[in-house]
Amino acid sequence: MVGAGARPIVGVLALQGNFAAHSNRLAEMGVAACEIRTPEELSGVDALVIPGGETTTLLHFFDTGTMETEIGEFAASGKPIFGTCAGAILLARKVTGPSQRSLGLIDIAIERNGYGRQVDSFITREPCSVLDSALDPTHINEPLEMVFIRAPIIRSVGPRVRVLQELRGHPVLVRQDRILAATFHPELTPDPRLHAYFVSMIGQDH
Amino acid sequence: MENEGMRVKTGLAEMFKGGVIMDVTNAAQAKIAADAGAVAVMALEKIPADIRAEGGVARMASPRMIREIMEVVSIPVMAKVRIGHFAEAQILEALKVDFIDESEVLTPADEEHHIDKLSFQVPFVCGARNLGEALRRIGEGAALIRTKGEAGSGNIVEAVRHMRRITSQMRGLTLLGSEELMRASKEMGAPLELVRMVAKTGSLPVPNFAAGGIATPADAALVMQLGAQSVFVGSGIFKSEDPPARARAVVRATTHFRDAAILLEVSERLEEAMRGLDVATMKEEELLQTRGW
Repeated sequence: MVGAGARPIVGVLALQGNFAAHSNRLAEMGVAACEIRTPEELSGVDALVIPGGETTTLLHFFDTGTMETEIGEFAASGKPIFGTCAGAILLARKVTGPSQRSLGLIDIAIERNGYGRQVDSFITREPCSVLDSALDPTHINEPLEMVFIRAPIIRSVGPRVRVLQELRGHPVLVRQDRILAATFHPELTPDPRLHAYFVSMIGQDH
Repeated sequence: MENEGMRVKTGLAEMFKGGVIMDVTNAAQAKIAADAGAVAVMALEKIPADIRAEGGVARMASPRMIREIMEVVSIPVMAKVRIGHFAEAQILEALKVDFIDESEVLTPADEEHHIDKLSFQVPFVCGARNLGEALRRIGEGAALIRTKGEAGSGNIVEAVRHMRRITSQMRGLTLLGSEELMRASKEMGAPLELVRMVAKTGSLPVPNFAAGGIATPADAALVMQLGAQSVFVGSGIFKSEDPPARARAVVRATTHFRDAAILLEVSERLEEAMRGLDVATMKEEELLQTRGW
């Protein structure tokens, strides 16, 4: 964990999307959270959540400033980043459906809207061994509820990527060092375990 | 709100937050909107300002045109149906549009009933001028509420009125005792269960966006500061002198809605906005917001 007495602050990228639900979840867990709209604000946080939303909109903001470079440097300095849905797409090495640029911070190839359109969105529950290992005593051994909204599909993962959860033969939760990516929306369920797992990555040796 | 179908529907509405949904009438406009950073596009035959000018019956857009838009952009595509016209909605669901707007901008098909939106898998957005109307629509299954404003007017005054009214009525409910909620429900014409929910949380159980008359980045910032979670821009973009630049400016203003330096920067670069209408001098029958029950 971080140095004695220092309480970590988690930033939530608030350019567009479901950022408020992430901030609320972190606040409920007693974790200090703040919304990030400018590159300068990144310097004050120890970890970053990139929420769901529209990647084309988020990329538009990356085009008009230094946010993209700053996030790259943030990751290079060893601070954890958690991308959900659109956030996972932005973190990926390669994006298809259609092809678009991305931050390339985790070695996965991901296909946008892989399950189809909104009428194909769904909720499902699966046992999740990685989260059962501790963290939130009220939810231990409960299946992980996963909400997929126009979700992407991870088509391939590189050798350094650990697959933490699969669904229907595709990875849906992956980690490479201090980058965590989920194709579903943990912020849309009452289960805090995945956020707790992410917060535990702060200051951790990978 | 507990059922899974509703959570999947509101889930998509949640993803639109802090974004701009733009009206488009063809694939070329949809491309401009997506390139400018819109979170979704709303397909319709004519933008509200033209519907207003040309008169006649305004219907759901041609499915062929909507399909072309769906093929050109990767962001969600919404389309409008007439109030109460569930068959138009069935067609749009079969087309797999991502969201349906049961909209007062089109000519109503039913003057007493709205669509039973719970019977659809595709999520719906509906307009409201007050809390009672918003809760009736949510009771029918709407996954997203927007202010009605006065579409096609380029005048923000009605959207402001509706946003302020809904916010203040929600605040009012939180102050009531539990024994007063039945009366509030009766007076508002809203389901008691939803009235109770708002009284407890102080907010709608679905996202709450602004629409109707947003024409400038400042308009977007205004309604966002008044509590809207996103904005719909109808005629404001493609009735202006410089649609791509204006679309980009409204997108940035919606994200940085409290940052006056950025609002100044994006406003400074723009050409003429659309010409607006004075809603106060319009006749009752010219208003679109009075459609819906």
